[in-house]
Formats: sequence, C-alpha cells, structure tokens
Amino acid sequence: MTPEAQAPLTKKDFKSDQEVRWCPGCGDYAILNSVQGIMATLGIPRHQICFVSGIGCSSRFPYYMNTYGFHSIHGRAPAIATGIKTANPELSVWMVTGDGDGLSIGGNHMAHILRRNVDLKILLFNNEIYGLTKGQYSPTSPVGLKTKSTPMGSVDRPFDPLSFALGCGATFVARTIDSHLKHMERVLLAAAHHKGTAFVEIYQNCVIFNDACFEDFAEKGVRDEKTIDLKPGEPMVFGKELDKGIKIVGWEPQIVPAAEADLWRSDTHSPGPAFVMSQLHLDPAMPRPIGIVRDVRAPIFEEAVHDQLRAAKAKRGAGTLEQLIYSGETWMV
Amino acid sequence: MSQSKNPGSELPLQQQEEVVIRFAGDSGDGMQITGNQFTHTSAILGNDLATFPDYPAEIRAPAGTRPGVSAFQVRFGSADIHTPGDQPDVLVAMNPAALIVNIKDLKVGGTVVVNTGQFGDSDLKKAALAKNPLKDGTLSAYRVIEIDINKRVSEALKGTTLSSKEAQRCKNFYTLGLMYWLYSRPLESTLKWLDEKFVKRPELAEANKLAMQAGFNAGDIHELFQGRYEVHACDVMPKGTYRNIMGNDALAIGLVTGAKLANLDVFLGSYPITPASGILETLSTYKNHGVITFQAEDEIAAICSALGAAYAGHLGITSTSGPGMALKGEGMGLAVSIELPLIIVDIQRGGPSTGLPTKTEQADLLQAIFGRNSEAPMPVIAAASPADAFEVGIEAVRIATTYMTPVIVLSDGYIANGAEPWKLPKIEELKPFPKPFLGSVPEGGFLPYARDQHLARPWVKPGTPGLEHRVGGLEKAHLTGHINYEPENHEFMVRMRQNKVMGVRETIPTPNVFGDSTGELLVVGWGSTKGAITSAIEKLHAKGRKVSSLHLRHVWPLPKGLDKIFGCFQSVLVPEMNMGQMARILRSEYPQHNIISYPKVQGLPFRTSELIAKVESLLEK
Repeated sequence: MTPEAQAPLTKKDFKSDQEVRWCPGCGDYAILNSVQGIMATLGIPRHQICFVSGIGCSSRFPYYMNTYGFHSIHGRAPAIATGIKTANPELSVWMVTGDGDGLSIGGNHMAHILRRNVDLKILLFNNEIYGLTKGQYSPTSPVGLKTKSTPMGSVDRPFDPLSFALGCGATFVARTIDSHLKHMERVLLAAAHHKGTAFVEIYQNCVIFNDACFEDFAEKGVRDEKTIDLKPGEPMVFGKELDKGIKIVGWEPQIVPAAEADLWRSDTHSPGPAFVMSQLHLDPAMPRPIGIVRDVRAPIFEEAVHDQLRAAKAKRGAGTLEQLIYSGETWMV
Repeated sequence: MSQSKNPGSELPLQQQEEVVIRFAGDSGDGMQITGNQFTHTSAILGNDLATFPDYPAEIRAPAGTRPGVSAFQVRFGSADIHTPGDQPDVLVAMNPAALIVNIKDLKVGGTVVVNTGQFGDSDLKKAALAKNPLKDGTLSAYRVIEIDINKRVSEALKGTTLSSKEAQRCKNFYTLGLMYWLYSRPLESTLKWLDEKFVKRPELAEANKLAMQAGFNAGDIHELFQGRYEVHACDVMPKGTYRNIMGNDALAIGLVTGAKLANLDVFLGSYPITPASGILETLSTYKNHGVITFQAEDEIAAICSALGAAYAGHLGITSTSGPGMALKGEGMGLAVSIELPLIIVDIQRGGPSTGLPTKTEQADLLQAIFGRNSEAPMPVIAAASPADAFEVGIEAVRIATTYMTPVIVLSDGYIANGAEPWKLPKIEELKPFPKPFLGSVPEGGFLPYARDQHLARPWVKPGTPGLEHRVGGLEKAHLTGHINYEPENHEFMVRMRQNKVMGVRETIPTPNVFGDSTGELLVVGWGSTKGAITSAIEKLHAKGRKVSSLHLRHVWPLPKGLDKIFGCFQSVLVPEMNMGQMARILRSEYPQHNIISYPKVQGLPFRTSELIAKVESLLEK
C-alpha cells in the first residue's frame, strides 16, 4: 500500500454515484460519513481498496463507496474477503457486516477469519435487531425483547460481540458508537493501522425497528457517566469529570476513585483482562466499555500463505507445464 | 496360451493376454497400497490397465468383520483395456471376511489365495461364519492356494528389530511379492517406493522388502502354483510417454494446466470430503506452481473464498462431493449473478445425504444442472475416465474464462480413485488461451456488464486504477451493473445469462459415434460409464451386433447435432448410475426420440456383461 503520488484524496472522492438508500435517521449514515472521512487520510489510492459485505442493511455499504466493492450473500463476507485478500495481499480490504449477518448466519466464518488473522478490517454494525427483514430479534438482542418473531419477548440469551471476538483469538478488538463521531473516527483509524484482522463493533441505532436501544448509555447526556473509553496505556477512568476509575482486583473489576484506576493494557499476553472488560456490562452498575479492548501482533495469514509459495518456488523452481505433467514415474511406448 | 520355460525355475511359464486380480483384506491390511503398487509396476511394464478400489467409509471398522473389508481390483493386459473387469481371475483373501464378501465375484475355476493364518475360530466368528469356508465346500469351484502368511511373515522377519505386531503389518508386502512372482513382475519399483515412503524409518522399509522378497521366493520354493504367468506389454497403446494416473490427480493437473494456459494463478478453496479430498491434497503440493490452497471452515466458505479469489483475478476452484454441492448452492448462484469464472468440482458418491461415502454414483447430474434457486444456468462437463479428467480440467477453465461463468465438473468415486495409464500430451500441443483483464477505461467509458461476442462481461482486477466498481448478488442493470429491480430488465438479464450459457454449444464439438452411424440402437453414456460401454460395444461388434455408442463430455448445454445422430437410430439406450437423470434430460430436450433408461444404483460401476445383456435383450425384442 504505497501512498498515492497525486493530489491527496478527500472524503468526497470516496462517495460513489449511487443514491444512499438507508432509512432517514439511520445510524449507518454517520458510519458511512466517518469511514469516507478516514479513508481520505490513509494515503491508499481508491483502486487499491475493496469493500466486502454480506446481506443486511449494513451490507449495502460497498455500493456507496467509490472503491472496488463486493456485496455478497448472507453471512459469507468473511470467506469472500479472505479469498480476495489472500489472492491479492496488496489490496486494503474492509468488511462490513451486522449482528445477524456476522454473528448469526455468518458466525462460523467470523470465528475463522478472526483466528486466522487475515489482514483486513471488519466493521460490525450492531443494532441488536434484524432490520432488512423488518424487525426480528438477533443474536445480540437482549432477553425479553419483543419483536415480530418474539411477541412474548425473546428467550434467547445474547452474546457480546467483543467477548466472541476475543474468544476467537482476534488481534484487534474495539467498540464505538455511531453517534459518537470523534470516538468512532479514532477507533476506525486505529483499526486501519492495525496489522491483522481488526474487529470493530459499532453500536448502530435502527430508528425503525429498535430505536434508542443504546440510549441508556450512548445518549450524549449520559454517555460520559455510562461508558468507559478504554485507551491503551492510559488509566481506566470515566465520568464527566473523569473522577471514577476501574480497578481489576483478581478477576473482579471494581469502581474506584480515578487516582486508583488501573492502566489499561490492550496488549497483554493473555486476553483475560480484555475478556473481563468485555463482560463489564453484565453488572448494571458498571459503565459500558468502548474503545480499544485488544491490540496485539500475530502472524498474518496471507503473508504465511505467500511465504510458503515463495519458499516452494525457491526450493523447486517456478513450476512449468513440463514439470507438472511429466512428473512421477513415466515410461515410453 | 503358449508355454515356455522360465530360466531358473522348473515351473512352466504361460502367456496370458490379461488378468484381473482382486486383493481383499481388512481395512488395516494395506490392500489399497498393495493394489496400487501392483498397478504401478504393471503400468511401468507397459501393460494397459484399469483399477477399482473398493473400501469402507470407516477408517478401521472392527477388525476381521465383513463391513471392514477393503478391496482393490486391477485388470492388466497386453490388449486395450477399458474397465477393471467384471470378475477377478485371482482373489487374494487375507481373512475369512474378505473371502466370504468377495468369493461370489470370482470367476468359476479362478484362483483364490487364502491366508490360512487368519482362519482361527475367533476369525471365523468375527466374519459371522458358523463353518470354515475352507472346509465346507464353499470353494469347490475354485483353485485354492492355502498359505499361512502370518507365519511366513513372522519367520521372514525373525532377525529384525520389529515387534511381532509390527512384523504382521508387513503381510501385504508378502502377498504383493507372491503376486509379483506369479505374474513375473520386477520388484524394483516397489523397492524404490518403500525407500521413499519410509525414509525416516529405514527399519520398516527393510522389513517390508524382506517380506516382499519372502513372498516372491515362496512362489519358487513352496510350489504353491502349477506355473507362472507372463502378461506382455500392451502393443495397441499409441506411441508416447505414459504415466499411471488416478482420476483426482489427473483432474488436479488438468485444472492447473488450464490455469497456466489461461495465464492465471489457481486458488482452491476446499473442505475435506470423501472422495474429493485428494484434489485438495494434490493441489496443496503445487505451491511452486503458484497454486494457493485454502482449507476452509466449511463447504460454503470454500466456494465463497474461491469466488473472492476469482474477483481478485485468480482462477477460483472449489472441490467437493454431493453433500458439499448442496451446501454450495447459494455461492454458485452468486457466481452466476456476478458472472465470474469459477470451477466447482463434484466427485459424486452414493446418496442421498451421507449415503455411501466411498462408493460411486452419478446421481448429482440434475443437482449440477438445476440445483440452485431461480434461473441460475451453468455449464456442466463430466470426466469419462481417470486420464480424461486431465482434459476435462482444461476444458472447464476454457469455458469458465471464455464465458465468464461458473462451470461444474462432474467426476465420481470410480474415476477419482481408479487408475489407468495416461498418455501425456506434448507440451507444444497444449494451446494457450490467455484471459485478458480489462486494464483501463475503454473508449466510450467503462461498463462492468458490457458483453463481448460470447456475451461475457469484462474481468477487472481490483487494484486497476480507474475501473473501481461494485458487484453483488442483487439484480443488475444491463451494461452498468447498477442495482435494478425493473421487471423488463430482470427478464432481459435472466435471458442474457441463459443465452450466454447455452452459447457454449458454439465452441464445443459434436461427439463421435463409435460404430455405424445408423442402426437399431445407440448407447449414450456420460461420465465414468465410458469404459464399460466401450468394452460392451467392442464385444457386441465382435459378435456381429449392430449397435453403436456415443459419449457426452458436455452434459450441459448438450452439444449440437445430437438430434440428427439420434434420428439415425431406432432407440437410444442410456445406462447411468442413477435413476435415469440423463435419460430425463434427453427426453425433455429430444422428445421425438425413443430414449430408454438403464439405471443402476448399487454404488458400483456397470459391468460389461450387464451392458451386453441389456443391449442384446433390446435387440432381440
């Protein structure tokens, strides 16, 4: 990925000629706007960028990016993106998915792309609902949620996308909120610069089928008190006055005065502390963690694949048709 | 049969034109290795041959039981050979279960070599035998050679460091040595193979060599047989360089060859499944040819990763068997919609569901042609034999890249694991068909869904400046490729994709008729039935029967000219290892002809004798 020699790109350069067809007020607009903004700062030419998606509201994303794009089938974006990136490691590959696409029908593929550590960026728009099929519960919907398919309330226990990603061995795990633009930009940039699979969960409000589901902690007025922004290397503090902190005692996080807060380490050898933080919200008294939960280096899948190709060519020479066909034991008639 | 003296032996040496041997034992007895070694040595000697491995789905079914029997049949000879043979001349049975399961197939008067060391009461019980078949008259119609192979191997390996259990695992090489002696084959090729196979455990190589030599010597010393045999090199095989090849390997080589001719790199996304895993395994050894193999987390990821690689400019391939095909359906539909080259290999096996994983069948034909949601036409081609799979691999790449379409390649378990001598093509005779990528904005602007003379759209590699565009599974507007839900556009695009695929007919040949071009009966085959049909027709011709045959490589779309050919015969007989799927297609495409279905669904290939009987019954009506 070499910076383009021409004039620097602007956000506008990344807008495609297609009319954006999300519902008015949808959180997707803010995310699209942020992504287009940060793409312009990365120094990667448009033709070297490829957006891949599955199915769902979020998965329309590639149509609106003036880059290469592949809107695929439900849940399969990780597999398609892996094929693209492995075939051409030069491309900057971005995957856009949702809580249904990425964690339900595509949960298997998501698990495996994360463990392989393919060098691409995954944006998972979590609205805790199925939007495009018009309002059924998702694997992140809370128990009790009344939807079109759960008239008496959902009895499914949800899982936390960050915990899931950590469990899969993801090397970069972060969370942000569609309405928190500055934060989103910072997290997306960190993801863009991560070498390996970057998993970013974005709390995204669905105005039609699950409006205000994150309001309790994401609303601007309460956000500072109800969320904690995990910044690598900095103390885990929160609150409007940054007066409160989190200290992990044994396996238990506790709210303490800011001065006693632990430093947040996103790069520990064990993902244990990150997992503890990813489950913080199970205690209603605790703030919701956002920010960078994990950020470590690990071997890159497609690099290892191409290293093997190079090693095989170095050892046996670049294969010719002759070698391919006239191998093994042959005889003449 | 002429007779001559073999120097160094008192036994007469007899010439035979061809022989069918079946090695049968427990799945842990190494019968597949034994059979493959015998095959390989015979191939190098210049025999024409065909093989039929038949083994259980379980890796190690309970030892000594009937379900655990693994067999390998090889037919080799000095004449042109098309099938592994209907009935063995020689059966090697390593235990009672192997004997009882296979004896019914042995030719009356044939030879059965029995390992008596494995015929104790407990062995008989494991094989669910109340009486010992060696003593109850079961074998009265055969020549029985009794050898205590267990004991002979123990004796032969006495001086080695091997435990008695390890020594017993060399039994198959004793058997191989004995058969090498009986059919006057050299040991060199297998000796070399053993050195390579056990390079890290030379003591095992030595032990197996000792066992094989002991088996070979036993022929001379113990006077088990009345004489030895010779089967001369085949003199009707066309001149050239040959190698022995199994179907999965030939297909893998054909696909890589096709990719090289198209100037593309291969990306295989695959999930292990019997009997297709060999393609993944073989392609994973071609890294120096630039071949990327990706063992995906499931069948769906396998096809989707291959499609992603195709989008990125590789030749995307995915390989599987029937159950995996079912899972790939949606991915295939996406490939049809975005119009990228992709090759889907289906090594068919018995079904439905898990079915008969290690047995052969041709029952995925309709699934291949029609098994996707909505109108999703795709070309389908089928390999006819292990060596033919090479050419089919190249043809698949040609069609996929010329027409920018996914292509299904059908093979089956019989081709995948069967082997035959493959006459290697001269490299200069392989004609390149390089696939050009669109590299810049063409005059008049870039339209991702513009069409060439084959109705193919341009292939653009991401990374190409100025051609950024989006593809997806939603219906596209003609030319621009933008999302479009208009009724007229949808019908236009459905017809466009259909016409493109049917247009493949313009670049494929009309198949030749084998035999007279007019007559009473035409036997039409596709896929792995070719050998049995050809054998049957040859024998029927020798009997003066007026019958011809035709074999289809392109099963969808069908080649042009069939209507005219069928019109020259009163009836068309379609033998196939399913309930009549090709017959159904032919009846719907050519309703004016008398199409007779001849189905067989036993997980086994047709026997030549079955086909002869069927044809004769029809001719006599």
